[in-house]
Amino acid sequence: MFYREAGQFKTSYAADMAVFPLRQDRVGIAVIIAAALALSFANDFIVQAVLIPFLVFSLAAIGLNILTGYAGLLSLGTGAFMGVGAYACYKLTTAFPGVNILVWILVSGLFSAAVGTLFGLPSLRIKGFYLAVATLAAQFFLQWCFNRVPWLFNYNVSGAIEAPLRTLFGVPIVGPAAQPQTRYLVLLGLVILLTWVASNLVHGRIGRAWMAVRDMDIAAELMGIKLLPTKLLAFAVSSYFCGVAGAAMVFLWYGSAEYTVFDINQSFSVLFMVIIGGLGSLIGSFFGAAFISILPTVLKFGLPALGVPIEAATAEHLTAILVGALIILFLIIEPHGLARLWQIGKQKLRVWPFPY
Amino acid sequence: MASDAGALRSPGISPRTVTRLLVLGGVVVLVAALALAAESGAIGRGNLLYDVLVDPFMLMIQAPDLFVQTLWEGLVSGVLYALIALGFVLIFKASGVFNFAQGIMVVFAALTLVGLHEKGVPALVALVLAVGVMLVLAIAVERVVLRPLVNQPDIILFMATFGLTYFLIGLGELIFGGSPKQMIASELYLPTGATDAEIFGGRVRFQHIDVAAGVIASVMIAALAVFFSKTRIGRALRAVADSHKAALSVGISLNQIWVIVWFTAGIVALVTGIMWGARSDVSFALQVIALKALPVLILGGFTSIPGAIVGGLVIGIGEKIGEFYWGPLVGGGIETWLAYVIALLFLLYRPQGLFGEKIIERV
Repeated sequence: MFYREAGQFKTSYAADMAVFPLRQDRVGIAVIIAAALALSFANDFIVQAVLIPFLVFSLAAIGLNILTGYAGLLSLGTGAFMGVGAYACYKLTTAFPGVNILVWILVSGLFSAAVGTLFGLPSLRIKGFYLAVATLAAQFFLQWCFNRVPWLFNYNVSGAIEAPLRTLFGVPIVGPAAQPQTRYLVLLGLVILLTWVASNLVHGRIGRAWMAVRDMDIAAELMGIKLLPTKLLAFAVSSYFCGVAGAAMVFLWYGSAEYTVFDINQSFSVLFMVIIGGLGSLIGSFFGAAFISILPTVLKFGLPALGVPIEAATAEHLTAILVGALIILFLIIEPHGLARLWQIGKQKLRVWPFPY
Repeated sequence: MASDAGALRSPGISPRTVTRLLVLGGVVVLVAALALAAESGAIGRGNLLYDVLVDPFMLMIQAPDLFVQTLWEGLVSGVLYALIALGFVLIFKASGVFNFAQGIMVVFAALTLVGLHEKGVPALVALVLAVGVMLVLAIAVERVVLRPLVNQPDIILFMATFGLTYFLIGLGELIFGGSPKQMIASELYLPTGATDAEIFGGRVRFQHIDVAAGVIASVMIAALAVFFSKTRIGRALRAVADSHKAALSVGISLNQIWVIVWFTAGIVALVTGIMWGARSDVSFALQVIALKALPVLILGGFTSIPGAIVGGLVIGIGEKIGEFYWGPLVGGGIETWLAYVIALLFLLYRPQGLFGEKIIERV
């Protein structure tokens, strides 16, 4: 009744191809962004334990979704690529403290992109699970580097990288002095900017080339899409997003990190987000990130709040069981992910109150 | 097929043979040049080239007992990798599922065994019960996970086994606790202790449990081979591996086969868990080590049981030797990634693995 295109005429090609063809969608996006900005007034705990992780993981999930969902290349090295971004950002900001940290967070993604491209080279010859194992080589090798190459963490005794104090317009945005709310706003800006970039990439020529390669690479090659540059570009862009997410994770969320943060489990949880959210869907990346990153927090703090008394250790085990069961359940109910449910919901809303 | 093309081609030296000969010749010349240079003192200790290309081999020749010891340790861990890889291959062949949960199945099986024994069940009864638990697990997986997800893309099934992994981790920790446990090796009549043997003027230590692991693994693999080639169910399994549709059309029940194959993988997991648990202890850390089975699969091919065994041995030995002789050059700890890099380099040369089926794609 409220959500339909009746009366909205498309008078140009651009209007026809718009990402949000309905006025209601555009209003909805504006409302969501406004709500996200308003959430910066939430208390410290919600911002630090719920909102910031959600945004960081959304960014990583978008990165992996570009590679796995759009270009069809399975990767298990996401955690390591995030690590490359984090360590690059640390090296850059300690070597050149005068340059704004936001610049370095965005630039550090380029280092991650370069490393990602390097490890993406085998993708021309191998695909599927074979490629997944090849990316595991990146995961373990890079994680070993973060641990064993002291140059990367400036020969710290602790072996950890720590976010130093950095300001934007005189307000601390990175480091122990920065308020969670400030960091949240900075991160929100980054995520909106990069989501816009990703949206334009996947809706344009490059995105279509990726999808053609995903659906059938031999056919795509026959149509004149060069496989190697296309696949490598997917690796580069994906790693860029993951790298920025990793830098944001250390500098805007954790404050300090060791090499163990970027372990294989990190890669897996981002892969979960992408699959649960929906392969080949940007909004799905957000859904998946919300589901996987917020669920443990909700279970951990929500159940005791509801009056279900459980010990911390038991809660953790129950969380693992529940997450596992929910993953299987979701895959059975809707293998195309939450994004598909969202789409079905919108379609139903369009014809509501009629059933067809 | 490549072999057909080779047979049809007129006799003579093909360009590929020339390339291979050139590569081989190059390696020989390189080794000879390095040996000469090392002999004449042109490159010596401290030189990077010497440290990487000459010194490790000199060490191998000078201390052959150390070399044998390293080789043996690599062989034993290779057997264990091969066992885990075997579980992967069994399931991949029969149901096309890349079973990520194989690693946690190893831990879960061993934990069940040890946990039951801790509760006062005699060791052999606990063993039987653990086998029973694996059967229940196989049936549950088939009912709850595989059957509703039939005909879904590979990646969805892969993710489902991820869910299974999380589920089993949570369940195992909830029931048995997360602390590492001691494997009940002596109660299961597994030998303990070690024998020192005199080889090349040095002492090489063979742990009895390692020898037992090798023997038991060989027996199990032989039993599996007989099971696959001689029994009715084995033939059905191979039929399913060849083609699901054709197998269905001659009246083989896919659901039943899946239960059997998951159960078999469960038993392999139990044996692996016992062996591995007896060498270190039973803990969830084993699950990460189980990821090492992935490069083994790459090397051997996803669908080949001999491949899993050969790949396991190659990775196990390569990793131990690499760590011992080349590891110190870069600060040690290269064991964590060396196997993957070996597999990655190998993939570039032969994408389908040593024994894997060559995938021919048509548009």
